[in-house]
Amino acid sequence: MAIPLSYNVRNILHRPAATITTALGIAFTVAILIGALALASGFQAALLETGSDDNLLLMRKGADSEISSGISRDAANIIRALPDVATGADGHPLVSAEVVVLTNKPRLGQPGSSNVTVRGIDPEALVFRSRVKVVEGRMFEPGAAEIIVGRRIARRFADCAIGDRMRFGQQDFTVVGHFDAGGSSFESEAWGDNKVLMPVFRGDVFQSVTFRMKDPRRFAALKKELESDPRLGVDVHREREFYNDQSGMLATTIRIAGVFIVIIMAVGAVFGAMNTMFAAVSARTREISTLLILGFSPVAVMLSFMAESLVLALLGGVLGCLIALPINGIVTSTTNFSSFSEVAFAFRVTPAAIVTGLIFAAVMGVVGGFLPSLHAARQPLAMSVREL
Amino acid sequence: MRILIAFVVLVAVFGLVWLALWSVGYLFRRLLGRAPLSPLVYLLVGLTRNWIRTVLTVMSVAAALFLFVALGGVLDTLKGAIQVGSEQRLITRNGISLVFPLPIAYRERIAAVPGVQTVSYSNWFGGQDPVDPRNFYAQFAVDAETYFPMYASDVEIVQASPPQANVALPPGVDPRLASFMSEQTACVVGEKLLHKMGWKLGQTVTVKGTIYPGTWTFTIRAVYRAKVKSMREETLFFHWNYLNQMGMGGQSFVGVYHLALSQPGRAADIANQVDAMFENSSAATLTETERAFQAGFISMYGNIPFVLRIIGLAVVFAILLVAANTMLMSFRERTTEFGVLKTLGFADGAVFAIVLTEAAVITLGGGLLGALLAKSLAQKLDLPVLPPMRVEWATVYTGVAVAALLGAISALIPAWQAMKLRIVDALRRV
Repeated sequence: MAIPLSYNVRNILHRPAATITTALGIAFTVAILIGALALASGFQAALLETGSDDNLLLMRKGADSEISSGISRDAANIIRALPDVATGADGHPLVSAEVVVLTNKPRLGQPGSSNVTVRGIDPEALVFRSRVKVVEGRMFEPGAAEIIVGRRIARRFADCAIGDRMRFGQQDFTVVGHFDAGGSSFESEAWGDNKVLMPVFRGDVFQSVTFRMKDPRRFAALKKELESDPRLGVDVHREREFYNDQSGMLATTIRIAGVFIVIIMAVGAVFGAMNTMFAAVSARTREISTLLILGFSPVAVMLSFMAESLVLALLGGVLGCLIALPINGIVTSTTNFSSFSEVAFAFRVTPAAIVTGLIFAAVMGVVGGFLPSLHAARQPLAMSVREL
Repeated sequence: MRILIAFVVLVAVFGLVWLALWSVGYLFRRLLGRAPLSPLVYLLVGLTRNWIRTVLTVMSVAAALFLFVALGGVLDTLKGAIQVGSEQRLITRNGISLVFPLPIAYRERIAAVPGVQTVSYSNWFGGQDPVDPRNFYAQFAVDAETYFPMYASDVEIVQASPPQANVALPPGVDPRLASFMSEQTACVVGEKLLHKMGWKLGQTVTVKGTIYPGTWTFTIRAVYRAKVKSMREETLFFHWNYLNQMGMGGQSFVGVYHLALSQPGRAADIANQVDAMFENSSAATLTETERAFQAGFISMYGNIPFVLRIIGLAVVFAILLVAANTMLMSFRERTTEFGVLKTLGFADGAVFAIVLTEAAVITLGGGLLGALLAKSLAQKLDLPVLPPMRVEWATVYTGVAVAALLGAISALIPAWQAMKLRIVDALRRV
């Protein structure tokens, strides 16, 4: 027969100081784990949401990022005329040939500087990237030396406030608006008219061409067709996949580093839990003997103490989730070395991260409770009863 | 994979430490059974009284301090990385950002600025290993004739192919580079890179271009070892002329210019002078010392140092709780013992000291263990996203001090209780 769980719960409540300190030790470990996972998934989400599966992104063959790519005006025009390109309400093909460059800007609020992506676009880009919305100021005028800046970096870098000027080459560009892009990495960029930006930067070459497919199911055939076209010399990516791949390296690094840190921390927390459970067992020597004499099997006693440890650890896990929850939504930024530019993103505490945290807490409880429970179950009966 | 190995090593080390502490405890208990009672003996008895608890606490403190010092080491590494690089040399790059090149014509104009001794230049090649793109290493195209003399004190050539012909070398070029200098497709690689990739001197290596399209092959003609921290040992250098002829389509571009100065004291002046010269031309420049240039890469990490500090604090706080819990449990169980001690004539102060010392020994032991482990193990970690890892001794000392402080704080309440304990109350509970 099993010992009722309420016995363990009451025992845990009976020694509040030990319970709270042990649970908090586990809680901090779980909080750090959830924090690391939230950081990685926030970063990945920013890049994942940057593209759409219905859009194709074309770069020069072999280029691994937009800045190392180059597509000639002729090639861009060939792509523009493809029958597979969707057309907008006004009959224009939904294509954007883009100039992508980096500009080094000082950070605000902390020392140092980093690279901000500047993207020159065709007006159609705003049609097929419909999530981009100007939230402050206004849209740039086509043909004018004006740019709009993503909301997430506007406050993090110098020269990004509305009315500020950025100097590229020999031309000053005025910041006329801030835009929202649903938290995607576009929100870490500055956008302007490609016709104005192109001559300022690299001469007659685009970095990438993106278009909306008329029929997304034709992706595989289209990819094959375009990649084998000798006039183009391009690699074809789904827009979303391309940006997701760019997040791989950093997100993986964060996850590995996070798990590594947390495992070591968990070793400390498990030892703490073992301490508490050993103390709980030795303080209840008589109780345990009584249970055994009453006819509860050693296995039941062992399971009971394991359950107690598990409850304690889960309490810590829940506390850890509560500690970690407020970081959800906090915006931070770092350089994505895959694109060599700054990406601002929000911590994202996902349900999966919470579940991982709780499972981790449970594992800590089971590991930490095993030896003490074994000790309890193998109590030499005669000796402990004599102590009565 | 490497992390898995590190973890297994860590677990093994913890196991060994457990065994060692257990045997010491066992020995002590056998020996101390007959020793006369003194504070020192009492301390040792206290430590070995519940050896499982002592060892568990020592280990949890060790784990925490290992993490604390290892994270501190990452901060050390970042901090150290902004202090390398010469302040005697300047780097001139495109004012907009590093990804924009500069015209080769700037070379003569920069060289004419008073105080500039020699000018060299290099281009970031940005190639990939064609087999596995994740095998990242840096490649630079450099003007070998000026680059290697300029960096002669930073690198040391340790292996070189014999020269194929007797050619006159430009002044200042290491004679061991003769073979490299006379072959257009030759390259020089760092010793670490050579070992990491399993290359041999004289072999051909293939690199897939991303900025400069195509598949490029280079022959390893020399291997260098870095003599200063600013020079990484995992770089491949090849001839700028080769890149210019094969990859730039007739437009000779330079990534950055390296300026050696004849009057290093005037570095700031010279930098301003260079930038003023190009302010209104097609490519404005930004000139800074090599140290500031390298620090620029580190500042790109942004908030990461802050995040690491937060984690470090969370770790210390979590372990403070664990330690405090242990101390409370341990001394509550021994209330009677303290009563007996006081009956035997131990002063209140002595009891206070005993409790504090016992706690400090436990956390200090764990702290020393963890901090030293971090110093010896974490230093070996070579993360691809960071400069070579380095844990400063100052960080180790800080860690140990934090551990001792942890012990003192966690034992403060029980020590106070033990001191204030009245014999009557203590012994009533027998």
